[in-house]
Amino acid sequence: MSTTSATRAPVASGAAGQRVTLPRVIRSEWTKLWTLRSTRWSLLLAFAAQAGLGPLIAAIEMARWSHLSLFERLTINPIDRSLGGWHLAQLAMAILGVMTITGEYHTGMIRSSLMAAPKRLPVLWAKLLVFSAVTLVLMVIAAFIGFLGGQAIFAEHHVNASLSSAHALRAIFGAALFTTATGALCIALGTIVRRTAGGISLFVGVFFVLPGLVAILPSATANAINPYLPSSLGQAVAQALTGPHDFAPWAAFAIFCGYTAAVIAIGAVLLLRRDA
Amino acid sequence: MIEVRELTKHYGARIAVDSLDFTVKPGIVTGFLGPNGAGKSTTMRLILGLDRPTRGTATVNGMHYRDLVAPLHEVGALLEARAVHTGRSGFNHLLALAQTHGIPRWRVSEVIELVGLESVARKRVGSFSLGMGQRLGVAAALLGDPATVVLDEPANGLDPEGIRWIRNLLRSLAAEGRTVFLSSHLMSEMEQTADHLIVIGRGRLIADTTVADFVARASSGAPVRVRSPQPEALMTAIGRGGGRSEPIDDGALQVYGLSSEQIGELAAAQQIVLHELTPLQVSLEDAFMSITKDTVEYQQTLGDGRVPVSLVAKSEPTQ
Repeated sequence: MSTTSATRAPVASGAAGQRVTLPRVIRSEWTKLWTLRSTRWSLLLAFAAQAGLGPLIAAIEMARWSHLSLFERLTINPIDRSLGGWHLAQLAMAILGVMTITGEYHTGMIRSSLMAAPKRLPVLWAKLLVFSAVTLVLMVIAAFIGFLGGQAIFAEHHVNASLSSAHALRAIFGAALFTTATGALCIALGTIVRRTAGGISLFVGVFFVLPGLVAILPSATANAINPYLPSSLGQAVAQALTGPHDFAPWAAFAIFCGYTAAVIAIGAVLLLRRDA
Repeated sequence: MIEVRELTKHYGARIAVDSLDFTVKPGIVTGFLGPNGAGKSTTMRLILGLDRPTRGTATVNGMHYRDLVAPLHEVGALLEARAVHTGRSGFNHLLALAQTHGIPRWRVSEVIELVGLESVARKRVGSFSLGMGQRLGVAAALLGDPATVVLDEPANGLDPEGIRWIRNLLRSLAAEGRTVFLSSHLMSEMEQTADHLIVIGRGRLIADTTVADFVARASSGAPVRVRSPQPEALMTAIGRGGGRSEPIDDGALQVYGLSSEQIGELAAAQQIVLHELTPLQVSLEDAFMSITKDTVEYQQTLGDGRVPVSLVAKSEPTQ
């Protein structure tokens, strides 16, 4: 039956085995990320949204050029139009971030993961690192494609921007970084709630419903709260045109990174404390 | 070597495991027996560091599982609940686990071959049958060539051929000097696989003994089957000797309260001819039922709650 165990000295390899290290857990999480069909589809969707939606909108605008009023022609913002796909990319990466961990809870895989790495935190760090690295690389490439493709189309009626335009590079990297940080935050959300539906609801509630609720408050209160909402922070860093109450781009991103770090910290503590 | 000391686990007000003490030794197969809800799976999860004990300790080779630097090389585990992402192939599942320890790819192929999953290893685990899932779990447990193997209900979902396979596998692992600890509710399976038994009920230790002892303990008070061409004379002699006898359908007598030696001597003294004199053993199944009858958490799982003591060596559970 077992040729390996028959030729082996009894109980030889126990202590001599290779230990668990963070680089090894990262390698394992890299394999896990790419060996699920749903992950590959989500990454593809996010990439296509970030790279393709902007040029698509640009093409529609150029095709309707003769129907546009003078005001509309003058107020086209070529940077934000070409990068507008970040809203959808952010949603796809948020859902994928949640499912990266809740998928393990749902199927029971988390028990295998934690038995292989019983210190537990390396599993969370490895997931965050692998996911963030993959997201950042894909989103930077996609944002450049979206921007350059969009500008090439806008050039038809000379309303295009260029990489040297004010805010252009900042918006490209801002969109990619914000989507990446959102994904990381959602991994932590998933770690906290452990359920896919709960994690996605929480994300949608905070990013998409909360702004609507704040908007019905008295305007002075709304203006005071609004800049701190994740959605406003995202706009501040990922768009060239920002609102009068918004934070400066990188200050906004720093605040959002603070939120992300706080949620990750809660997730880490709960992962350590709770029964798996 | 697994050592469990004063191990206690509360889930809210429910006490799942209550001051358990036992040691699982290397070189033999130790069975972990108990009715549903007795706390077997919880105990295993505590040993494997998945749950934190409320009190007490569980250690593997003297260490808490969470402190092991290379856990897959020390302990291989198969949990009762599935612990595999259904969207991944069996090969990739094992590969991801192997990579956490730097276990090479060829070892993944080797354990797949060992459990006989070569033909389906590249398919998604979601399409696996229960038996294939169990084999994948066994492959994961053996991946790190561990000195200790912990398996929760390994026979679940396996066909008779698969059950024989896992029994031989476990026995050979023990013969190599490994510590083998398996839970089962299939008492007949335990009888054929285990050397030592740890029996729990309602989270408490009921017995920590050899399989033979456990059966003998439950067999005390079991009747003796006697066949004689002079049943009336024999019944009278047994009655005078302090025993009680009941005729059964095939003409034999079932005698309570006397050992086979005592019955033989009584018959000899009265010059009664005996054609058969058989001490009836209870099966492990019946022994288990009679010893744990007070601790079954969900009585209705035994039908009418009556403890069946069918006095045939290999009886099936009766209703």
